[in-house]
Amino acid sequence: MRCGECGRCFNIKHQPGNGESPDIKRVLLMGNPNVGKSVFFSHLTGTQALSSNYPGTTVGFTEGTMSYGGKYAHLIDVPGAYTLDPTNEAEEIARRMLEDGADIVIIVIDATALERNLVMALQVLEHGIPAVVALNMVDEARHRGILIDIPQLEAALGVPVVPTVAVTGQGLNSLTAKMSEARVSNLKHMSKEKRWQVIGEIIAKVQIVTHRHHTMMDMLEDASARPVIGVIMGIIVLLLGFAVIRFIGESIISYITDPVFEKLWIPVLDRLNAALGDSHLRSILIGQMVDGSINLEQSLGVLSTGVYVEFGMVLPYIIAFYAGLSFLEDFGYLPRLAVIFDALLHRFGIHGYAIIPTLLGFGCNVPGILATRVLESDRERFIAATLISVGIPCVSIQAMLSATLGKFGLIYIGSVYVIMFVVWMILGRIMHLTLSGFSPELIVEIPPYRIPSFSAWRNKIWFRIKDFLCEATPLVLLGILLVNILGNLGVMDWTARMLSPLFENMLGLPAAAAIPIVMGIFRKDIAMGLLIPLGLTAGQTLIAVVVLAMTFPCIATFIILWKELGWKRMLLSSAIMLAAALLTGSLLNMLFSIAHIK
Amino acid sequence: MNLLDIKNNDRAVIKSIPEGEAGERLEALGLRTGKEIQKISGMPFEGPITLMLDGRHFAVAHGIAEQIEVETVHENENASIKKSSAWPKFI
Repeated sequence: MRCGECGRCFNIKHQPGNGESPDIKRVLLMGNPNVGKSVFFSHLTGTQALSSNYPGTTVGFTEGTMSYGGKYAHLIDVPGAYTLDPTNEAEEIARRMLEDGADIVIIVIDATALERNLVMALQVLEHGIPAVVALNMVDEARHRGILIDIPQLEAALGVPVVPTVAVTGQGLNSLTAKMSEARVSNLKHMSKEKRWQVIGEIIAKVQIVTHRHHTMMDMLEDASARPVIGVIMGIIVLLLGFAVIRFIGESIISYITDPVFEKLWIPVLDRLNAALGDSHLRSILIGQMVDGSINLEQSLGVLSTGVYVEFGMVLPYIIAFYAGLSFLEDFGYLPRLAVIFDALLHRFGIHGYAIIPTLLGFGCNVPGILATRVLESDRERFIAATLISVGIPCVSIQAMLSATLGKFGLIYIGSVYVIMFVVWMILGRIMHLTLSGFSPELIVEIPPYRIPSFSAWRNKIWFRIKDFLCEATPLVLLGILLVNILGNLGVMDWTARMLSPLFENMLGLPAAAAIPIVMGIFRKDIAMGLLIPLGLTAGQTLIAVVVLAMTFPCIATFIILWKELGWKRMLLSSAIMLAAALLTGSLLNMLFSIAHIK
Repeated sequence: MNLLDIKNNDRAVIKSIPEGEAGERLEALGLRTGKEIQKISGMPFEGPITLMLDGRHFAVAHGIAEQIEVETVHENENASIKKSSAWPKFI
């Protein structure tokens, strides 16, 4: 049930009629990060919450409705917290949500790390709210030689304890059944030292750890933390990832999207074209004819090039990208990359964990920037978000660069990646040295490797694609519409004419190239369509593409930066972007003229 | 002796952790005074230290590892539970 107010969240209070109805219970789902709360949420409510095999997936919170014992309840997936003495934003949110009160708290505990999970569990129980405990991942614990005496644990905590395996749904029915037996624990508020003492006593009573031999997975886990093997594994994983993504992306394009566009979409556009005649509307929607017919790459209309680039070139790669990334995520590989990249990222004032949002940014910058919420401080978030939007080419930028530079050879495409990587590093270093504030250092738990569950993986890909289609795509298409209208009014030509001396002198590009670049700041697809017919040299195309790739991918990126950082920081970020793009372009131009590269 | 000083695969008991926010985060993860850990590896160029606590891996930045005081545990040669990594130290 989506709320009627914003249509996006599941907040029942927003729903007309449901108001403050006393029948509806407020149930909180709480626990440490990465214990499977979001999997519980999905199962209990039947709606989707994003889950991954690394801590911090849920930073905001998700709400949904569930039923137990014939009653409706309002279930809230609280962000994972190790403690209620907040050390980061997620923990702050968790503490506030508990203080807002609840009818029942479901405390999810990871059976493989009982001691640590009990800290937060005890803190919650001390609040005197009726609770049930879900002892999750009991299968994995058993596998690791950890045996837990459940009746003893129930006695010690004073609330019902239900063993579960959330990914398979095991134990969930008993959990909902036990919810009517939720009780207030007799544990009272205690000091930190006392709490550790109580936890020590509980562990001694309820847990037996037997020895077990190293498994293949353990060896793999150890290997990925080694300096040499770990880095080699990292490189192999990333290269293999790119190869798989390319294979899936190209397959979708040649077998599905291209045939659909040619056989179904073009005929529709042809009819529309004939119906509209020679009007402004036609040039906005369909664009110009290329050699007497509609060209999906160069006509530049909203419905021709706009729709084709978004759905025919970008979407297939978005699907492929998230299929690959989600697999690595659920497998538990990404936090290992954080360890490998920490030494480098540390020098940019962000710690290794920032590699996760950065990787997400290669798909679409918007979720990448949203994911910077896993970082602790505002300073880190600003640096990470700016670095993603300037230095990380999203799928549509990558599509643009291979379409424009492909004919000059792979070396040119490769150079764009290398140039952007260098810029990304220099910019990171400069921001770290100039921005005030403090960046906390890396302290993370590295989850064990797990074979991803197929259904969770599939749901996750779908969830992300849906997000891309609902959040980013409408804004991109709106941007294209706006730019086309401005283009028809002559605003774009005028701006480009004003800026052309800048382009000629600084970037060594003909005046005509100013139009694709100025427009390209808002819509990347046009760059390709407008740059190709200009007949630029390889060197000029490279400069134009680098400048375009470094400017923000689309209007959606501006909007998300505004939402996440506030307008002042968004403007600062945009200024950094413009300065970096123009400076890099000018330097390349100088370098090319010295080296006589055309 | 701190976490940087001990060798890979060494077991050690945590003697003290830094104060302030970093200490709180370590403690929240269960990395607190008195716990026995095993160092897994250290990344070059002042990269993070990976360690194992109760069968779980944790990564701690170089600068934080430096502030975690430890004391190595001398393992009994005959101890039945002797965990060592399957990987040679140099890789």
